[in-house]
Amino acid sequence: MIVGIDIGSRTIKAVAFKNGQMLDYQIAESSIDPHRQALEMIKKYHPAKIVATGYGRHLAKKHFAQDLITEIKAHALGARFFFPNCCTVLDVGGQDSKVISLGERGNVINFQMNDKCAAGTGRFLEIMSTSLGFALSEFGEAALESRQDIKINSMCTVFAESEVISLKNQGAHAKDIAKAVHISIVEKIISLLHRISYNNEIVFSGGVAKNSCIKELLQQFLGIKIYVPPVPDITGALGAAIFISQGIGHQDKMTDDNVIN
Amino acid sequence: MSVRNFEVKSYPEMWKSLDMNVERFEKMRCVLGDVFQTTYLTQENRPKAMDYFNWIVSEIHGGRIAEILELKKQGSPIVGTFCVFIPEEIVIAAGGVCIGLCGGSQGPVPDAEKVLPRNICPMIKASYGFKIAKVCPYFQVVDFVYGETTCDAKKKTWELLDREVPTYVMEIPQMKRQRDLNLWLQEVEDFKSKMEEVTKKEITFEDMSKSIKVLNEKRKALQRLNNLRRNNPSPISGKDVLLIEQIAFFDDPIRFTSKVNELCNELEGRIKNGISAATASTPRVMVSGTPMAMPNWKIHNIIESAGGIVVNEESCIGTRYFKDIIAEDSNSIDEMLLYLTKRYMKIDCSCFTPNDERVDQVLSEYENSHAQGILHYSLQFCHTYNIEAVKIKEVCEKKSIPFLSIESDYSPEDIGQLQTRIEAFLEQIKG
Repeated sequence: MIVGIDIGSRTIKAVAFKNGQMLDYQIAESSIDPHRQALEMIKKYHPAKIVATGYGRHLAKKHFAQDLITEIKAHALGARFFFPNCCTVLDVGGQDSKVISLGERGNVINFQMNDKCAAGTGRFLEIMSTSLGFALSEFGEAALESRQDIKINSMCTVFAESEVISLKNQGAHAKDIAKAVHISIVEKIISLLHRISYNNEIVFSGGVAKNSCIKELLQQFLGIKIYVPPVPDITGALGAAIFISQGIGHQDKMTDDNVIN
Repeated sequence: MSVRNFEVKSYPEMWKSLDMNVERFEKMRCVLGDVFQTTYLTQENRPKAMDYFNWIVSEIHGGRIAEILELKKQGSPIVGTFCVFIPEEIVIAAGGVCIGLCGGSQGPVPDAEKVLPRNICPMIKASYGFKIAKVCPYFQVVDFVYGETTCDAKKKTWELLDREVPTYVMEIPQMKRQRDLNLWLQEVEDFKSKMEEVTKKEITFEDMSKSIKVLNEKRKALQRLNNLRRNNPSPISGKDVLLIEQIAFFDDPIRFTSKVNELCNELEGRIKNGISAATASTPRVMVSGTPMAMPNWKIHNIIESAGGIVVNEESCIGTRYFKDIIAEDSNSIDEMLLYLTKRYMKIDCSCFTPNDERVDQVLSEYENSHAQGILHYSLQFCHTYNIEAVKIKEVCEKKSIPFLSIESDYSPEDIGQLQTRIEAFLEQIKG
């Protein structure tokens, strides 16, 4: 059994993989002690090999993982597992968003990341849904029911939140504000996509891909088809598992020692 | 490991005599020592000749300052500069000492931000901060500084800096037409007059011939080093070469040249004997863009800790400083100044428009260094390099050269994000 573990900013994802098949997966909110939590999650699989990805990959490698890959490569591999011909991957996670351009063999040829602030990420959605009184899981559906266009101008989470508060206090409907929030994220994603070359079919991974409104708006604005894997959150963890199961794992030194802080 | 318990030596008495904030500087020199220890002295298999450069770092705020003070006592003018456009040859011809004052650490940035706007480049903030916080002995020993007009933030900061230390400004043209060359030649002549006024001594043909030779030799030694490090496998780490390129801005030029050549001799031997700083399969990255002033080792350190190696710096603290030399066959001082000006006009700084020769230069350095990808580094808010990165990105895409653009400052807050990008870039190179 091979295990891919993706220690992200908001959640930890684990995938158990054997003979080219995904046998099991888990998703848990990350705690204060992510590597122990991750280890607890995967011990039942008795893994022969563990590959880590995500923000906590170096920590995992230090404690238990045999290898690590970046989220970029992990999402590329995971997306190709479900969509073998895909050449553009969009991943929107809790703390960052990224677009990846793949060559024919699935190799990464270009990527762009937004990770300096919460704009255009899951965290932004989460804060806005709370502010508007929606559960995160129903936020996208609610936005899709909006019938009136309003605009949020600020990209910054902090300023956008005050903009939302003033819209509420001007009597705007929560669903319309929700739609405006979704549009603002989608615009941010599109500007990221424009920085790489993308084709007519994009695989959308990461927790935010579960939001139907984001998917719908992307298709509408870009005029292209968006494919979402069955459980988009685990794409990175799956990619990590695939990395080693394909025998492309490496023994090169990739350590987090010696980095100036 | 050739050096244990490394420290940047403490000279509190001397610092006090230079009107420095000794208490604060004492902490800063300890931090610098620790960072140097972990970044540099943990590297395995370094060339023996790096010992000299380690020693220079240990004496960066002590021994070297004492040397400069001694020269100053003998009447040498000490000139601080911030840019490779200020002709060092003229300072040396006047018997002076030329010190690059660019700041490369986060420490004094908050001091500068009490005065300057936050959204200007960290190099300017650090430089200004070092002066107002009195935590840079080099700034304290200079007689005056010679700034230039390569960007708006710099030229306006010089007006404020002039209140702290006499600051002269050389106008650098922004285009490369004949009339720009004429303007710049006049600026060079003014600089020469300024130096003569300070020393009350005329700069002769012989003085200039000698100084041009000294600096040509220095630049040639750096070219030689750069050619050797480009070997695959590299006989020396990118971090070590960057350190030497940084030391070039404050060390004694003749001693520096001989030490770089000593190192080169050793590197030739290492190449012959197959001794290297990384294996031949290590992903080779060329860094291009804005300068990395001492002790800004952030990007190199991330690349090399993640299993890559830096094989070229297309930067002012890098090839832009040493790629061109001055023709030595002039017959008069006027001709010399013209040759000098022409050499400096070859610098392909992004402050020029158009600046297509830089794109060609980047490509040629990419080829010559056998790099496998280009990391474009722009200091935050450095508009000209940041915008020029678009052109470099386009040409890289056209030629299928892996390209990564990074914008960063001196603070450690983005290390995690940079690590992810850089590791992904190395994965991309490995394919």
